[in-house]
Amino acid sequence: MALNANIPGGPLAEKWDRHRFELKLVNPANKKKFNIIVVGTGLAGGSASASLAELGYRVKTFCIQDSPRRAHSIAAQGGINAAKNYTNEGDSIQRLFYDTIKGGDFRAREANVYRLAQISNSIIDQCVAQGVPFARDYGGLLANRSFGGSQVSRTFYTRGQTGQQLLLGVYSALSRQIAAGNVKMFTRREMLDLVVVNGQARGIVARNLITGRIERFAADAVVLATGGYSNVFFLSTNAMASNVSAIYRAYKRGAFFANPCFTQIHPTCIPVHGIYQSKLTLMSESLRNDGRVWVPKNPGDKRPPGQIPEAERDYYLENRYPSFGNLVPRDVASRNAKAQCDMGKGVGKTGLAVYLDFEDAIKTDGEAVIGQKYGNLFQMYEKITASNPYKEPMMIYPAIHYAMGGLWVDYNLMSTIPGLFVLGEANFSDHGANRLGASALMQGLADGYFIIPYTIGGYLAGTALPEVTTDHAAFESVSTEAKDRVARLLAVNGKRTVDDFHRQLGHILWEYCGMSRNEAGLLKAQKLIQELRSEFWQNVIVPGSDKDFNQSLERAGRAADFLEFAELMVIDAHGRKESCGCHLNEAYQTEDNEALRDDKNYSFVAAWEFAGNDKAPHLNEEPLNFENVELTQRSYK
Amino acid sequence: MIKTINITLKVWRQKSSDVKGGFVTYHATNISTDMSFLEMLDVVNEQLTLNGKDPIAFDHDCREGICGMCGAVANGRAHGSEKGTTLCQLHMRHFSDQDTIVVEPWRSRAFKLIKDLVVDRSAFDKIIQAGGYISVNTGAAPEANTIPVPQEIAEKAMDAAACIGCGACVASCPNAAAMLFVGGKISQLALLPQGKPEAAQRALSMVRTMDALNFGNCTNERECEAECPKKISITNIARMNREFIKASIVSAVK
Repeated sequence: MALNANIPGGPLAEKWDRHRFELKLVNPANKKKFNIIVVGTGLAGGSASASLAELGYRVKTFCIQDSPRRAHSIAAQGGINAAKNYTNEGDSIQRLFYDTIKGGDFRAREANVYRLAQISNSIIDQCVAQGVPFARDYGGLLANRSFGGSQVSRTFYTRGQTGQQLLLGVYSALSRQIAAGNVKMFTRREMLDLVVVNGQARGIVARNLITGRIERFAADAVVLATGGYSNVFFLSTNAMASNVSAIYRAYKRGAFFANPCFTQIHPTCIPVHGIYQSKLTLMSESLRNDGRVWVPKNPGDKRPPGQIPEAERDYYLENRYPSFGNLVPRDVASRNAKAQCDMGKGVGKTGLAVYLDFEDAIKTDGEAVIGQKYGNLFQMYEKITASNPYKEPMMIYPAIHYAMGGLWVDYNLMSTIPGLFVLGEANFSDHGANRLGASALMQGLADGYFIIPYTIGGYLAGTALPEVTTDHAAFESVSTEAKDRVARLLAVNGKRTVDDFHRQLGHILWEYCGMSRNEAGLLKAQKLIQELRSEFWQNVIVPGSDKDFNQSLERAGRAADFLEFAELMVIDAHGRKESCGCHLNEAYQTEDNEALRDDKNYSFVAAWEFAGNDKAPHLNEEPLNFENVELTQRSYK
Repeated sequence: MIKTINITLKVWRQKSSDVKGGFVTYHATNISTDMSFLEMLDVVNEQLTLNGKDPIAFDHDCREGICGMCGAVANGRAHGSEKGTTLCQLHMRHFSDQDTIVVEPWRSRAFKLIKDLVVDRSAFDKIIQAGGYISVNTGAAPEANTIPVPQEIAEKAMDAAACIGCGACVASCPNAAAMLFVGGKISQLALLPQGKPEAAQRALSMVRTMDALNFGNCTNERECEAECPKKISITNIARMNREFIKASIVSAVK
């Protein structure tokens, strides 16, 4: 199948305007005749639900949690970018666009990223009007900070809880539409599968997590905003329920999956402390502005940090990257930390950590100044680790944090299944091979508030949609499959728990498809995943019943999908014989061990098409054409 | 260096709201003091699963204290005895070897039990739906800096907005009042200029909905403030009361 991204013609800056003009409109009186399903209530799904309902569409919205206010967008700390140029530093739409596409190591679409930068300003306006309590300067105007290595201050924030406040803004808009009767909200529901009728997405099958009942919902279009799949690694900074199932099920129904191997690793997380660890906690990367990263020079040096003299410390980032030092991008910082630990120079109980030391900063600026900047982070660190960063260096280690890959979508955010739209982290669209700080929130809200309301109208107005009800044979067969799968999971009755399998899968991926990858490792991982998957279906134990609130069963279904999806990730990583952004193939590095792209052969989006269980997926390539930016090699020396 | 402890748990087990529940005793052994309370429950659940028993149901998601999904009463205190901490951020180093911990769900008329430690907090959503928003459609917003907000006011609004909607305030209040939750939202929006046009309607509607949903009244016990994991202040309840009185007496809204 030829991929058509449907990018409008004309100059970059005019494409979105032109496209909006060309999109067909649904007559206001007719909007209430259309039913739209939205799965997920994070920044993307919540904002889409509210905005579509305001327009008059009939919306059914689903979330896995007990309330739409709890989606994982809530955990984002740092902030949200916009090209307002309030600080008069020369920021512009063009600059935000360029920084984002360069940050993604030139593996994203120009037209999408430019649109994102254009929309960024309206997002801030919208959120302020909703009462999001952004930080303010003394004059009462909005404050900005610099973030993630950007040379201009364009990040808006609400203390260290920007995701929370933006999500509560979205939730308030959604609540208003629920009260008005325009959105019907279904909480504690998990989408188990997508229903496709005559090639169009026409509904979903979901499990009621309280009663266990498998329920059917029909619609004229389906919007998936179900977030990222970082939990395929078992340990990540994602919330426990974050999963790949909705988008993976859609993939198996015909939606292409793009760039699954592009996953981001965040360098400043609290290290793993034991095998029972359930998740990793992120510490804002702003800490690297003042903290110095080091390890002992001699492998195996187990002395406490205070007893290691200056001459026996290796400030490896400062030594290796004299101009950027501790502020190198996320992928570079992460890879170097792992390399030091692999050499036996890691610190802490597990040897899988490096120091982030504030001693010099405290000496220079005083404890008060450092406390003002990082007090809440230091407190959070102390709460988790019982160690005081004012007195001894923090220990940090990289952790999986974000998935740039996701379902392939065109410029309208529609997947390869007509009528199936994908928003936010669940799609692949805007971040290329690496996402910059403070742009995930921007993308989620751009997709939900300002893109889908127009593009879905174009689809609905221009498409013949015969009436489909939940009695249709397609619903019957999809819900039977879903029920069978649940029954199979419960019937195995083996000897290993779901988490036990999932943890092992995580280890495989972290080792062979994590921060750096190589040919032999990826092939080995593929085999290990296949073996683990087959053991899972023979030896997993899932207690309880299907007609009940059963959290083990929920986790089992998600882990089963992760076990299939992991193989797709590995296949994608293996196929990309270059390094770019977060995908480092050890065979392709510069002399300085930076990612070495192959723009001639790999400047494309890898969109994978499901070909059947236990069959190799089919690769479709969407070429990326850069007409407005020059492709450069990153250097942080 | 790794310190481990053994503890006894008495956990409330109840299959659903229509059947009777009761405490069941479990022994959690070799618990690393670096574990969080929920990781300790994970360990107990893994063991129950391997022994062919039904694991303890409990709500949780982000495990970093921001989503508000988790929560249980541990030894009589909502989210345990550490100040400003959710259950997921409560670490086992705050317990001693051989301790007994009694674990119960939030108990309130307005929060129906679903299973074990899991309760239905949808009443909170209904209160927000009654007016916890500013009526602005997507696209209708003016340029952001046309609405200056004094820094001090923005900070106060943010203090009130930090609520994670976990329900600890209700669980710890002897009257099962939701006033800290409601007061937080009413305060945030009443403080900001953007929220003023609808302030009267909002206060009346949210407070009436709260009453209709079977939440109790405030008698100044201050338990909510003491147990709130985000340390939301009860001055927000005072502000809510002022907003409600103003709306009832002065405003034209009925």
